[in-house]
Amino acid sequence: MIAIENVHKQFGTLHVLKGVDLSVQKGEVLSMIGGSGSGKSTMLMCINGLEGIQQGRITVDGVEVHAKATDLNKLRRRIGIVFQQWNAFPHLTVLENVTLAPRKVLGKSREEAEAIAIEQLSHVGLKEKLAVFPSRLSGGQQQRMAIARALAMSPDYMLFDEVTSALDPQLVGEVLDTMRMLSKEGMTMIVVTHEMRFAREVSDRVAFFREGRIHEIGSPEQIFENPQKPETAAFLKSI
Amino acid sequence: MYFGGSFSWGDFLFLLSGAVTTLSITLVAVIIGTVLGVLFGLIRAGAPWWIGNTLGAVLDVFRSVPLLIQLVLFNSFNSMLKLNWPTFTVGCICLGIYASAFCTEIVRSGVGAVPQTTRRAARSLGLTWRQELTSITLPIATRIVFPSWIGLTLGVMKDTALVLWIGIVELLRSSQIVTSRVQEPLLILGITGLIYFVMSFPIARLGNQLEKKWGTQ
Repeated sequence: MIAIENVHKQFGTLHVLKGVDLSVQKGEVLSMIGGSGSGKSTMLMCINGLEGIQQGRITVDGVEVHAKATDLNKLRRRIGIVFQQWNAFPHLTVLENVTLAPRKVLGKSREEAEAIAIEQLSHVGLKEKLAVFPSRLSGGQQQRMAIARALAMSPDYMLFDEVTSALDPQLVGEVLDTMRMLSKEGMTMIVVTHEMRFAREVSDRVAFFREGRIHEIGSPEQIFENPQKPETAAFLKSI
Repeated sequence: MYFGGSFSWGDFLFLLSGAVTTLSITLVAVIIGTVLGVLFGLIRAGAPWWIGNTLGAVLDVFRSVPLLIQLVLFNSFNSMLKLNWPTFTVGCICLGIYASAFCTEIVRSGVGAVPQTTRRAARSLGLTWRQELTSITLPIATRIVFPSWIGLTLGVMKDTALVLWIGIVELLRSSQIVTSRVQEPLLILGITGLIYFVMSFPIARLGNQLEKKWGTQ
């Protein structure tokens, strides 16, 4: 379980998160929606400790992320994250991109790591591209590779940060399909997204972020069909 | 040594022995320059600004003062402080530090050119700072700055000619010695230039080849 309690985050004088409370259960898919600058992506970066926080507490399965004694490198093995810019490692082949962390971080042998990587890459439909360098892949393929790369660590949680925002429209579908598949397999996911139809379809709950707080949270039906707050309705109308 | 006479096979061998000295100085200086340059470059790229800027200011001195002055000064210190290092060592160290000042900026620009998001992605997989540096940042940065580094190496090879002023008989000094005897400066400078070219060309080619290989990735 991921528990977020009264989290505040500031970049200098900019107050990005102003007290976020949220908990995500094992097996749950939670979508975060909201305008740009509302703090949803920052919230995601705080969960695996890529960003520090000024106040509050985030715990992942009881481990406090921002405690001094916490080994973040160890914690991050269990939390996969996929970014908007797909961040392929350009000097490594697709296979090497995926085997890198299992080998370096988990200490697996090359054979073991490759077996895992091939399984994950087949899973996202990139079995034919093992020896190819990322620059030869389309954006959608690179993003699916990034998903496989995160899955190769067998994480307990997957975080997705606007993973389709930088893709050409015709490539969005293949990435969403991959995520859909993951959610059906029971992966715990937190998804920051602008794809409302997708959020509605796969989420167990949807959180609407506004000005650094969760303004409204509820089932997809509630948020999309019967929002309780006028700002939620206004946001959904505006996009 | 006798005066007068024509350019002989012995003269050519003498030039070649000078060339070996030039290559040795180049090799040692480039190794010193690269090792220090990577170290300083990483400090410049990653350390708190006041450390990075102080280091940068010091290295700027070595980049700005003509190499010849540095060589003569360092050589004088060597005798004044009674260090008694061989001139070959003095030449190598001086050139090495000079090269490191340039290499530092090359490394810094290369590390700076690796997108922050890529480094983040690596850290998010659980890689430690050191693992990220050696598996992601340095390999990517190397590909980016390799042409500049080849340029630096070729530059150092030509700058080695200046060590003749502290008494090292390298290729250019050898050619002067031969010229003073044979009295055919154009011929001998021509041959000397050719030897420099023959030494530089493979390095430039190697650079091109690696770039081409990396370019297809």
